[in-house]
Amino acid sequence: MSSALRNFILHILVLAVLVVLFFTVSEYHSGNLARIMVLAVYAMGYNLLFGYKGLLSLGHALFFASGMYGLGLAMEHLGTSAALAMLIGLVSAFVVSAVIGFLALRTSGVAFMIVTLMFAQAGYLTILLAGKYTRGDEGFGIPQADRAIAGIDLSQSDNRYFAALILFAVCFLFIGWLVQTRFGKTLVAIRENPERARMLGYDIQKHKLIAVIISGTLAGAAGAGYALLFGYAGATFATVQYSIYPLLWVLLGGAGTTIGPLIGTIFMTYLIDISSEYTSAYMLIAGLALILLTLFAPHGLAGVVRKKLLPWLP
Amino acid sequence: MEFGPYLFFASLEGAITAAVLALTAVGLSIVFGIMRVVNVAHGEFYMLGAVIAWWITSMISAHPALGFVAALIIAPITVGLLAIVCDYLVLRRINYDPERTIVATIGLLYVLQQTTLMTFGPEPRPVEAPFNKRIALPWFEFKEGGFALTWPWGLSTTTYKLAVIAAAVFILLLLWLVMSRTRVGLIMRATQLDSEMAQAHGIPVNKVYALVFGLGAGLAALGAVLVVPIQQAHYLMGGDPLLLSFIVVIIGGLGSVAGTIVAAVLIGMSDGIISVFFTPTLAKIIATLLVAFVLVFRPQGLFGKPEL
Amino acid sequence: MTDSTKTPPKSAASGMSRRSALKGIAAGAGVVAASGTLPGLLGHAQAQSAEPIRIGFQVHRTGIGAAYGRWYDRTTEAVVKRINEEGGINGRPIEIVAEDDGTDPKRGAEVVEKFANQHKCDLAFGTLFSHVVFGSAPRAGELKIPYFVVSEGHHVASGKLNRYTLQPGITDVKSQVQAMAPFIAENLGKKVTMIYPDFAFGHDHRDYFTSAFENQGGTILEKIAIPPTESSFTKYFPKIPRDTEVIYHVMVGPAVLTFVKELGEFFGPSKPEIFGFIDSLEAVDMASPGLEFLDGTYFWEGMPRYAQSDQTEFDKIYREAVGVDENGASVSDSKDVSTFAHMFGCWETLYIVKAGMEASGYKGPEDRQKLIEAVEAMSDMPHSIEHPQGAKKFNGKTHQTFGHQYISKVTDGKLALAHTTSIEDTLYADEVDYTKQAF
Repeated sequence: MSSALRNFILHILVLAVLVVLFFTVSEYHSGNLARIMVLAVYAMGYNLLFGYKGLLSLGHALFFASGMYGLGLAMEHLGTSAALAMLIGLVSAFVVSAVIGFLALRTSGVAFMIVTLMFAQAGYLTILLAGKYTRGDEGFGIPQADRAIAGIDLSQSDNRYFAALILFAVCFLFIGWLVQTRFGKTLVAIRENPERARMLGYDIQKHKLIAVIISGTLAGAAGAGYALLFGYAGATFATVQYSIYPLLWVLLGGAGTTIGPLIGTIFMTYLIDISSEYTSAYMLIAGLALILLTLFAPHGLAGVVRKKLLPWLP
Repeated sequence: MEFGPYLFFASLEGAITAAVLALTAVGLSIVFGIMRVVNVAHGEFYMLGAVIAWWITSMISAHPALGFVAALIIAPITVGLLAIVCDYLVLRRINYDPERTIVATIGLLYVLQQTTLMTFGPEPRPVEAPFNKRIALPWFEFKEGGFALTWPWGLSTTTYKLAVIAAAVFILLLLWLVMSRTRVGLIMRATQLDSEMAQAHGIPVNKVYALVFGLGAGLAALGAVLVVPIQQAHYLMGGDPLLLSFIVVIIGGLGSVAGTIVAAVLIGMSDGIISVFFTPTLAKIIATLLVAFVLVFRPQGLFGKPEL
Repeated sequence: MTDSTKTPPKSAASGMSRRSALKGIAAGAGVVAASGTLPGLLGHAQAQSAEPIRIGFQVHRTGIGAAYGRWYDRTTEAVVKRINEEGGINGRPIEIVAEDDGTDPKRGAEVVEKFANQHKCDLAFGTLFSHVVFGSAPRAGELKIPYFVVSEGHHVASGKLNRYTLQPGITDVKSQVQAMAPFIAENLGKKVTMIYPDFAFGHDHRDYFTSAFENQGGTILEKIAIPPTESSFTKYFPKIPRDTEVIYHVMVGPAVLTFVKELGEFFGPSKPEIFGFIDSLEAVDMASPGLEFLDGTYFWEGMPRYAQSDQTEFDKIYREAVGVDENGASVSDSKDVSTFAHMFGCWETLYIVKAGMEASGYKGPEDRQKLIEAVEAMSDMPHSIEHPQGAKKFNGKTHQTFGHQYISKVTDGKLALAHTTSIEDTLYADEVDYTKQAF
């Protein structure tokens, strides 16, 4: 069968597993999974830029927060409906990533890292400065009553799970499709050898900018989704820590694979969850896990699978 | 406070920030420049310097100066040795691959931070300065008849803070001497320029890397020991210095220690001076954006070589 | 209901003598009776199950709140031990299920979920930092699990949370700040410069104190907002106007010692009056080097750290149970200073939970709403071993308690109580009525 069909089936299988999981696992785990799926969208956005394009950003929390606050502020201060607010969140993230991309892409490598980091820091401080509207670090909750789309109450755990699944599915399939298009393959080519790509006539800057915009908008979708489904927007999500998380999830799961981000997010979340039951030193365990993984499985979990078992893994 | 004295005051404070920042950042710059790896745990080595300094000074209770001098020597060496161990155990095995080093050092960050939390504890602990007297500073005013010295309210510094600036300058000079005039420095610079060539000439590159990693960590720890009497030792104190060091190294230009120092001075001073003119949070936003825009328009930093 | 028997002789290590146990039960009955709820379900074998009552304890074990978390841990352990030795709640022992939230709002929400869905706790309690409360409370409301926060934030009373979130064990910052204004205006000066951190906690101080102080006829000359994570403050001090009579400071975070030291170095010998909040120096030894400058300055204290000459029995028993000495430090390590102004909130909250469960005949999670209604019905709580910080007045509509606030003066390296406010001084108009909201 063609690789496109094979990949599509693989992705559908993953989604099917997620559906089955809802009916089989306990409420606690399905709640976790809903959260994980939304954050995996964030990781997937990050993966597009980092795994496929090779650009390491340390400021993705800015895009996540743009989506989160776009939705949150619209609902809190303008009283918009959830669906419209979701759109506003997406547009906010789109605009912010376009602007940042335009500015930051004049640099690359480590300079790019620092520039994105700085913009994200400035964003965080601006959220604090505008505390009158954003309520700064404390943040604000979004009332349960407002969190419904088309009459479906998204704060109910089953509705929430499927809403998260839909968000994840849309983005997952989108990424699955994108990386097989010419655009996606060009990104990989640019990552591997920018000079040759340029000589072959590809417009590197345009590709990079589009990659940043898509990546940022996906991150924003995750942010808006998180605020809508879990009812809270706060400046904590704009701190450096939340820029490092997607990097970790992607690296652990397998950069440059479509399923890596989901696996990485699941792995880290459960690593922390389970080890925190035994010791308050769970970050120690997470740290050790990171070191071990990077020593022995540097391409991440999915990456190992790709190398050893399934070389065609997208 | 009037503008003149305020500016002077802010500059002095900025100089102290710059001094400690220069030490910490130079440590990162050396590692970055010679080994070409990003050490995300650099801030934790800094923190460990402060924590060990507290530990030593609380054991030697005779006179604060005695404990402090002991800490000044023991802490950086201990941290440096620890860094060398990390290099042996982890970095060497992943062949200094940039991406893997980032992940590994993030892991290292968590390990060091959590271990410190479990042993040292969550609360900040002060370390007494070896000496600390307040000095009221004079300011010049034009009065009828010529200059007159006045003593504006609040315009002051302390003997210890001045000593920190002096110490940082001294250490950096020493470092420069070592790098440029000694054989060890020559070997390090050769490795930085072309590690393959250096290896071909019989330089044990792996050993150099270990030494450099240890030196970088030791410098950060040294900066922390100097600053800890002004601040406190706290297990989360490594975050900000890490961020600032990175900024300074990139702005100064990769591979240029001189650039790092210049950038440290610029950023340290501007941090103090911008706050004279704006409300604090706004000042921080402006300073942050300034850094971003310097890089946007000059990605190689101030002293770096433009990339192809 | 006061109790005039003498404190029993110190028994062996974990000793609760029968006398003090009876005293505890009697005082507990007093609370229940005084709060006007159904009396006397204590010790009666209703459904005599030894099935424990599982209380989820959301604690800051790591992150910036870690220093507080440790003492919240110890206080909770102490009060649970005491309650269990007295017979538990309705004959059932309390089992604490603790989870670290890393002082992070995202993790906080996850932890609440874990308490409700995985650990099957009856209720959750313990959070301190406001942003974590904001992040976690919505989840508690969705999961319909009672959430007793020990936070000092104005969030509960502001109406921004939900009917499942309550703060009956500790007063909130608005009432604290408001109550300080009269004392400062009358005793320290009428021109104030405020220095506070530039986030929600600091803004609360800025806003509430400004309005309260201006009501007293004072003026705020300057408001200096310090960005979070700032580690050096000297460069901000020149913004303090020369004619400042009182400096009001409420810096928090690990850099606080630096702040105080640098403030001292800046002013040198000629300093104005200074009023601070002990939040700045919780878990910090007043005798630390560099703090000599604080002698003669004033602090708000949630609960006086140093045992005063008129120390009540309740204070003595409380200190003994938790393991702190008369200087507010750990009995096993005098350098390990407690977060005395906040941790009592855990003690009082769990006693209120006990009272609420006994009043409502709580049998299991199906009775959670009855528990909340029982607590909402409480009002006056006398000074007792269940409320060692002082008498309280709980407002069932706003879910917030009000109590005495203490002002101490730093004298010879210790804090000496200088003034106790009345509870009336701390009251403000209701901003919400949760009892009208549906569950």
